[in-house]
Amino acid sequence: MIKILLNITLLALIVSVLSAQSVQPTAEELIKAIDANMSAENQVITSKMIVHGRRASRTIESRSWMVGNDMAFTEYLSPPREAGTKMLKTKDKLWTYSPQTDRIIQISGHMLRQSVMGSDMSYTDMMEDRPLLEMYDATLEGSEMIDGRKHWILYLDAKVDDVPYPKRRSWVDAEYLLPMKEELYAKSGKLLKSATIGEVMRVEGRWYPKSLNYKDELKRNSKGTDWIIVTIEFDVDIPASRFSKAALRK
Amino acid sequence: MFRFLLKGIWRDRSRSLFSVIIVAGSVALVLIYRGLIAGVFDDMLRNTSVLLTGHTKVMTKAYAEESEQMPNDLALLGADEILADLAEKYPDMFWSPRIMFGGLLDIPDEHGETKTQGPMMAFGVDLLSAESRQAEIWDLDVRVVAGRFITDPDEILLSVKFAQRLEVELGETATFIGSTMNGAFTTHNFTIVGLFSLGMGNQDASMAIVDIEGARLALDMQDAASEIMGFWHNMRYDDEFAVARKNEFIAAHTGDEIFGLTMLALRDQNLMGAMVDFSKSAVLIIISVFMAIVIVVLWNLGLMNGLRRYGEIGIRLALGESKGHVYRSMIMEAAMIGVIGTIIGSIIGVALVYYLQEVGLDYSAAMENINYPMSSIMKGRVTPDLFYIGFIPGVFATVLGTMLAGRGIYKREMAQLFKELET
Repeated sequence: MIKILLNITLLALIVSVLSAQSVQPTAEELIKAIDANMSAENQVITSKMIVHGRRASRTIESRSWMVGNDMAFTEYLSPPREAGTKMLKTKDKLWTYSPQTDRIIQISGHMLRQSVMGSDMSYTDMMEDRPLLEMYDATLEGSEMIDGRKHWILYLDAKVDDVPYPKRRSWVDAEYLLPMKEELYAKSGKLLKSATIGEVMRVEGRWYPKSLNYKDELKRNSKGTDWIIVTIEFDVDIPASRFSKAALRK
Repeated sequence: MFRFLLKGIWRDRSRSLFSVIIVAGSVALVLIYRGLIAGVFDDMLRNTSVLLTGHTKVMTKAYAEESEQMPNDLALLGADEILADLAEKYPDMFWSPRIMFGGLLDIPDEHGETKTQGPMMAFGVDLLSAESRQAEIWDLDVRVVAGRFITDPDEILLSVKFAQRLEVELGETATFIGSTMNGAFTTHNFTIVGLFSLGMGNQDASMAIVDIEGARLALDMQDAASEIMGFWHNMRYDDEFAVARKNEFIAAHTGDEIFGLTMLALRDQNLMGAMVDFSKSAVLIIISVFMAIVIVVLWNLGLMNGLRRYGEIGIRLALGESKGHVYRSMIMEAAMIGVIGTIIGSIIGVALVYYLQEVGLDYSAAMENINYPMSSIMKGRVTPDLFYIGFIPGVFATVLGTMLAGRGIYKREMAQLFKELET
């Protein structure tokens, strides 16, 4: 409880300092502020994923339980074909359970490059959980006004080899301290993916994305995948048994 | 004169036997070559059409653009209605839906954990419909070498090589892991009921065959198909008909909508156009070159005969036979030897091509690392032209050789004849 209170105090402090838009933060401060906004000790999210296919769009509803960045358990609720499918992520491993086959299958190797439920997000995207400062050297490139709001432009260059996107550029809203727009690049500089936050919401003293469009830029005529938060709860009690392989079959 | 010459050929075999053997052997070689080329190209076109292209096939325009990636999100919807329409409009062909898909095949151990796993290329083929001819044209009664044929949509046939790599036995469960036509993650359990060998080198190394309804269940593709393949009832590909059919279909399906229908002929797919063109000209080129060689050999034989009979001709001229008569009789004799040799050669050649057509030559060892829909049993085909094509080198070359050699008769000086004969 004390730890949670400390975290909230720290977040409030960072936000209050950085929100003073006249002060130019350092790149490191910005990343810490983003992490403080986006991360939590644990969280439970009910969300909708709208996958825009070339023929039609599909809405997939799911509920996820997350502890830190390492542990996540997702159960798909609808549509009927996907309902009951579960995914478990523990550190560097990812399993999926399908009720149709009653099989628990570890997703590894080239399967990690496949899309999650037909969305523009790959399993590799899902698996990446290291703090940005651990993977990238950050540079603050300047600021830009977008829709009348000030955004800091942050450029990240990988300092380790095993990252899916060696270069990133983020437009961080100076007030919300969220990456409102992000572009993910290959080493060659080719744009691979982009993410754009549509709406933000205030939850338990922090700004958090309410809707996000994640787009695979290599797909022709793709409209990307919309991700909409239906409910979110922070710092709830999640039993450790939730993150076991046995929970997949329950 | 005909009977006289025939008696001469029969009685004096020293001057005819060798010639007849050479003519017969050459003719037989030409026919075997012709029959083998026809058989190999036929075989290749048939295998390619059955496995990959059909004689023609219908798909969406969007799928056609990216067909090498098997984009099932662009597949045909309402396949049954399209099938019925095609069958009504083009009754000279039979039509069959196909789903091509890739993914992983995962074999569980007794605890349901992954035992072995490997990438798979699968064909969802209409095997179970009462009117379907797919099992017949795939030759599955021959190619299924262990276990049995599919009788249920949840059953799967694996290639022998794939099964060996996955270390699976008949009756085991195999879980397909892949994406639905909507791109969603999917898993589906199949029971392995049979093993097949296409006999095409490495072509089937990671191949599986399922019934199309099984593929539809696995990929969430109800009443959908990657493509609908069309075949002429006699299973012979005719390039001109196929291109005409394609053009007719496309003219009837204009419009810009990406999910509109389009048709491809065999020649439009998998670089088969060049192969079809080559197969047409190759037969002509290869046979022409081969026949030219045979003609030179037989021409030389005519010359040799002319020289060998130099003395005989001299005596005949000295006895008062006219040069024209000697020349004509030699040509007629050559024609008769040519006909006899060609008939014998044609019988031998056609018989050997027929043997190759029925049994074939197994060269599977050479096909081990070849990834192409070519059978590792090289087969011939008895084509109608085999019954007359041998007469071109057999008779024509022999007569031409004799005509050229016989020109010497007219150069002989009567005054010199006795001097020549004295020596």
